[in-house]
Parts: sequence; structure tokens; C-alpha cells
Amino acid sequence: MTDITDLTVAEIRDGFRAGDFSAREVASAFNANVATAKALNAFIVETPDSALAAADAADAARAAGDLKPLSGVPIGMKDLFCTQGVQTTAASHMLEGFVPTYESTVSGKLWAAGAGMLGKLNLDQFAMGSSNETSYYGNVISPWRRNDGGNAALAPGGSSGGSSSAIAARLCPAATGTDTGGSIRQPAAFTGISGIKPTYGRCSRWGIVAFASSLDQAGPMARTVRDNALLLEVMAGFDPKDSTSLDLAVPQWEANLSSDLRGKTVGIPREYRPDGLNAEIAALWDQGIAWLKDAGATVVDVSLPHTKYALPTYYIIAPAEASSNLARYDGVRYGQRDLPDGAGLQDMYAATRAAGFGPEVKRRIMIGTYVLSAGFYDAYYTQAQKVRALIARDFEQAFEQCDLLLTPTAPSAAFTLGEKQADPLAMYLNDVFTVPASLAGLPAMSVPGGLDAAGLPLGLQIIGKALDEQTVLNAGLAIEERAGFVARPDKWW
Amino acid sequence: MSIDLQTVKKIASLSRISVTDAEAEAMVPELNNILGWVEQLGEVDVTGVQPMTAVIPNHQRLRDDVVTDGNVRDKVLANAPQAEHGFFAVPKVIE
Repeated sequence: MTDITDLTVAEIRDGFRAGDFSAREVASAFNANVATAKALNAFIVETPDSALAAADAADAARAAGDLKPLSGVPIGMKDLFCTQGVQTTAASHMLEGFVPTYESTVSGKLWAAGAGMLGKLNLDQFAMGSSNETSYYGNVISPWRRNDGGNAALAPGGSSGGSSSAIAARLCPAATGTDTGGSIRQPAAFTGISGIKPTYGRCSRWGIVAFASSLDQAGPMARTVRDNALLLEVMAGFDPKDSTSLDLAVPQWEANLSSDLRGKTVGIPREYRPDGLNAEIAALWDQGIAWLKDAGATVVDVSLPHTKYALPTYYIIAPAEASSNLARYDGVRYGQRDLPDGAGLQDMYAATRAAGFGPEVKRRIMIGTYVLSAGFYDAYYTQAQKVRALIARDFEQAFEQCDLLLTPTAPSAAFTLGEKQADPLAMYLNDVFTVPASLAGLPAMSVPGGLDAAGLPLGLQIIGKALDEQTVLNAGLAIEERAGFVARPDKWW
Repeated sequence: MSIDLQTVKKIASLSRISVTDAEAEAMVPELNNILGWVEQLGEVDVTGVQPMTAVIPNHQRLRDDVVTDGNVRDKVLANAPQAEHGFFAVPKVIE
């Protein structure tokens, strides 16, 4: 019999319904993989009992003829989602020991749909990072290795690096991610899996530890486009507890999946092909264009003239919002408190935050504080919000000529841990292709396209019109069918 | 424009993050590097452009003016580093 942990979410769901296996068998198989993969450091907290309890409930539901959309499916939960009764840290020391008394809307929807939790997945601290090297709980290691015989530890991408590593290593069939500037798409690309950031407002942000509220979006990560579609259907939906939640019905993305792209026009933004673009990435992009043509799409060149300003815009807006959001960590209401002898209240705040935040989080809070401070607000923040409007307008104008955009997901394959640690700017530049869609709130997805010469996965990004996740998923499916990506990391952990 | 050690210390103070002199010194080139890079936005012509306020057009909802929550004091206090007599406790602020 096939190893259950090689099955996709849809295969687990359908096989469980058909009686091929019990939910307990599924949960036990994944629990066993989680338990033996400590070397990847993908989980901050493992919850095997929770997975088994959900499985037993699913087995009982099947016997009673009361199946739910995700009955029998265990998943991993990024440790940025508040989970009632289970420690939620955002990979920070600040929130070590924080046990929420409530459940995030998105995780609650997944549990209500029958899914079980295998554990809380590691990430970059407060979701700030592109390599999962800023976690207080240690680096996540990618299961992938270069084919040169070396065993250099590679970045699983970030910030959803625990999610990407765990899925690629078959520790869970799917996981939640969050994406502020590429934190679902870039880790998916680095590990040869798929992930979608929906339109801003599709998924409720309630109960997700906030980073940059005008950018943060939850989304699924899994090995197939179909799995992303069916998980997003469960995660999305209006929530009155999030003032930016969109009051719209959730489309039937899975049922409407179609890789027939006849009648669709794909735009290729020329600004995403800078001089010096990695030749293998450029070649894969050309291959992706050919695949979409083969699926029936027409291809046109488009221009997004303000692309080069997206990253600096992002690195004003995201830190500004972070400095405001993270002001809540004051050592009073939750999380760590550091109270030096004889310290007053102000000293307690400063000591608590110095001890509770890692270097990258402090750096971003301070940049955000600076760009919002008196005398600099207009020069930095207001200017950035104006440029952001121009970036969004670029997309609107491009979408007058096309229905979706195809680009690379990241400018390189996974890099070695430590390689970019010394230079924050070099790390930021890794998000060059993912940040623009985030600034414009557009749905965007990464799907694996192939391997580079070193045997590492490369991803293609599809960006769609606002609310048109269906076209994004359909194009993703067209690529998936043609790429035939079946590579997987050899087990060394 | 570049920032100096005094400015870094002021930002740290505004951010309520205590830093040692050595940490502040190390941050001077780091923050200047990042701020110098984002300053390229100044070259963009934004004449007549309104700053973005919402990426997806959405209306502000008003909910009914009724109580929807409450009576959860113990839950609210459950994660407090120090809670006493049903309140958050902090170091004395008034002598």
C-alpha cells in the first residue's frame, strides 16, 4: 500500500471517505513523521494528541454519516495563528508561554471543517524574515540539499519556513501560511510546493499575530493546486471581527478548477526581467510562458513601471505598521516581562522589549518608529503610500490588457543558511518579485516549475486581478500539469 | 540625510527598547544603509497622487450598538505576567 504521508489533501479526504483507511491511521502516520524529523526544527510545539482526537472525531463522523469538508485531514498550523489552549509564540521570546484563550478565525474554520492539528510550525520571528533565521526557537532547515554531495543546510524560505519545510518533508500534507511580502510564495518556491496568498480581505486576520495589517493575509500551502483551492475555500470568508474582511461569498474554487486557459491573456511584465536575472530562472520563466500558451492562453508583454520602487515602499510601510502593531508588547498584558531591580514602568517597557524582541524585529520597529516620527512622516510614510498607489495603478493598467501575470517567484533558488544574515538589505532583496502584488492586495500563487542545475526547486508566480483567485488557481493547475514536478528531497533527517 | 548615534538612541527611546551604547553604535550604519536605500522613493513624481488608504475598495461597516462580549475578566488576565485582585499589576508609578 502507498505510504499515507505521500498522499495529497484531496487524496486523504477522498480515500478516507471511500473507507480506504481510517483517520486515525492518517494522523498516526503523520505524527510518526513529525516525531522523527526533529533535525528540521519545523515545529515549535507538536500536538500529536490533538491530531489523534480530531481523527477519532472524524472516524466517528464517518460512521455516523456526518462528514465535513476536511474530515480525516491533519494539517500544520503556522505559529502565528492563535490556538486556544496551545502556546502561540510568533517564534518570539516575547510570547514564550503565551497560551491564547481564544481561537483565530482561520484556524477555527479549519477545525470546524474537520481538520486536525499536528502542531504549531516554526517561522521567522513575528513573520519578519525571508529565510526562517530570525526565530527565537532556532533555524528551520530545508529538507532539500544541493546535488553536489555537500550537506550545507539550506533556507526553507520565510517567513512560513516551518510550513514549507514540513510539507516538503511529508510531515504534514498541508499547512497554513501568512504572507505580508511573500511569506507564503517564496518558501513554497524554495521547497518545491505550492501556496496562494488570496486577495487582501479574503481571509480574516482576527487572531493572527499582527505584523503589517494592510498587507498581512493568510493562505494555504500544500503540494498541489487542488489542495490549495480546497483549503482556501475553508479558510476564506467574511468575519465581522476583522474590519478589513470582505463581505463576499466564497467561490467554489475547487469545483471550478480548469487548466483550459483558452480566452485568457497572460501578461509578462518586462520589469521583472532585470539585467543579470539568474539564467536558470529566466529559462524556467520562458518555459512557463510556453506551458501557458500550450494551455490555450495568449501572451502579451506588459509594463509595471514602478516595480523598482516596490521594495523600498514595502520597507517603509511594513516597518511603520509593525512599529505600531508591536507597541502592544509592553510586559503588562501578556508575554514576557523584564523588571530590573528598582525599575519604574517606563524602564520595565524598555527592558521587556529589549529582552523579548530579536535583532531583526528591533530593527524594523526602529525603522518604523523613525519614518513615522514628527518631521519625517511626510517624507517617508506619506510618500511611500503615494508610490504604493502608483504601484497598484500599474497593475490596474496592466490588467486592462491581460487577465493574469506570470513571473518568477524569487530571484534565486534556496540559499545557504547564514549566507545573507550579515546584510539585512541583501535579505530584503529576495522578496523583489513577491512584494509588488502584496502592496496592491492582489491574489498571487507560487507553483513549482522545475529544478535548477544544483537540483533545487524553482517556482513560478501567478498574479491575478483582485478577487480572481480562480484564474490564478487555473493557471497554476495548467503549469502543474505540464511541469510534472514530482521531485522530492532525499530523506536525510 | 543620515542619522547619528544620538538619533539612534532617540529612536530606541521612542520605541521603548533599551539599547546599550555598543548596540546603538552598531545600529547607526545598519539603519543608515536601509534608510539611504528607501530614500530613492523621493525621486518618484507623485504630483496629484493620493496616498493609498485601502488596497481593495471596502466600506466601513457599522455594527449594531449592542454588547457582544464581556464577563471574561479571568480570560483577559490569564496571560498577564502579574495580575492581582482582578487587575493588571505594574510597578508603582506614583510615589
